[in-house]
Amino acid sequence: MEWMAWTWPTAIFFMVIASLLITFTILAIKFPETPRVGVLRIETTRGDRLFITLLGSAFINLAWLGLADMAQWWALVICAVYAVLVFRYV
Amino acid sequence: MEKTVNQKAWFLVLPVLVLVAFSAVIPLMTVVNYSVQDTFGNNQFFWAGLEWFKEMLRDDRMWDALGRQLMFSGIILLIQIPLGVFIALNMPKSGFWVSFCLVVMSLPLLIPWNVVGTIWQIFGRVDIGLLGHTLAAIGVDYNYTSDPFAAWVTIIVMDVWHWTSLVALLAYAGLKSIPDAYYQAAKIDQASRWAVFRYIELPKMMGVLMIAILLRFMDSFMIYTEPFVVTGGGPGSTTTMLSIDLVKMALGQFDLGPAAAFSIMYFLTILLISWVFYTVMTNLEKREG
Repeated sequence: MEWMAWTWPTAIFFMVIASLLITFTILAIKFPETPRVGVLRIETTRGDRLFITLLGSAFINLAWLGLADMAQWWALVICAVYAVLVFRYV
Repeated sequence: MEKTVNQKAWFLVLPVLVLVAFSAVIPLMTVVNYSVQDTFGNNQFFWAGLEWFKEMLRDDRMWDALGRQLMFSGIILLIQIPLGVFIALNMPKSGFWVSFCLVVMSLPLLIPWNVVGTIWQIFGRVDIGLLGHTLAAIGVDYNYTSDPFAAWVTIIVMDVWHWTSLVALLAYAGLKSIPDAYYQAAKIDQASRWAVFRYIELPKMMGVLMIAILLRFMDSFMIYTEPFVVTGGGPGSTTTMLSIDLVKMALGQFDLGPAAAFSIMYFLTILLISWVFYTVMTNLEKREG
């Protein structure tokens, strides 16, 4: 595994992503759901909303990094708010 | 009451997941690891944090390459999708000419990328190439090695030549799957040719067209070999697409950290645009019924 040049921050990052995927897989099996139509006028399931959240969060972080000079933690706060909004309204 | 979705079938894709893990996920994770570190080779790494992302986001070189890339993919889709559909509509529906057309159409798809590049590189040369020489003979000032416009025209025409058949073949498959009853109904209603296309053929082709658009977008957005062989990214950097720039950075300059940060942003862009295409088109399909 040495060739993969692991660091603790990246390992934690992937662990968070993996645990999110596992949690949502278990949720989908235990509590099957009906897709719903939200503000984007597209049908989404819980998994779709997680995907939209993760992809959006990546761009929020990049935009923060490129445009703002403040600490990156603030971008994570915005991501959390964004996640709540996506799961509530999309 | 609406039916609930059963997600258990996803377990059936586990073998594919294992394969993809080895061919894509693990390399991608390594790229993420590289993007936050600096290396001078020898498998020694130094923590750099988000510095490379910051540097790349403020680098005009990446934005210029992204602009060129978006323009290239846009032009490719605007030409190849309508042209492919037009060819499919005009292909014979039965008889000997069907197989003849299918074989001729498949030929460009069977040629390896670097060979396509070499063919067009020679074809376009003013001294020995048929295209370049002919254009020069009729007085057209064409030289893809010094004129950016000529270089762009060459790589776009080359891509259209190489890949339009894919769109045409997919669209043709979609057209063949339409039952005759639809056409008969249209005839009874005295529908015009345009109405038949708009309300029968186009909606029925939507599924395969979606695949065609996605494939052509992703392929053109990741294009490397053909423009690299023909123009080498030049003249200057006018045909330096994202992947050419990325390889220059990673292998030419051995800047693995910045190149890794660049790759991740490239990947995210492809993921976002593909998702938007896919979502818009599946929803269009649902609405069309």
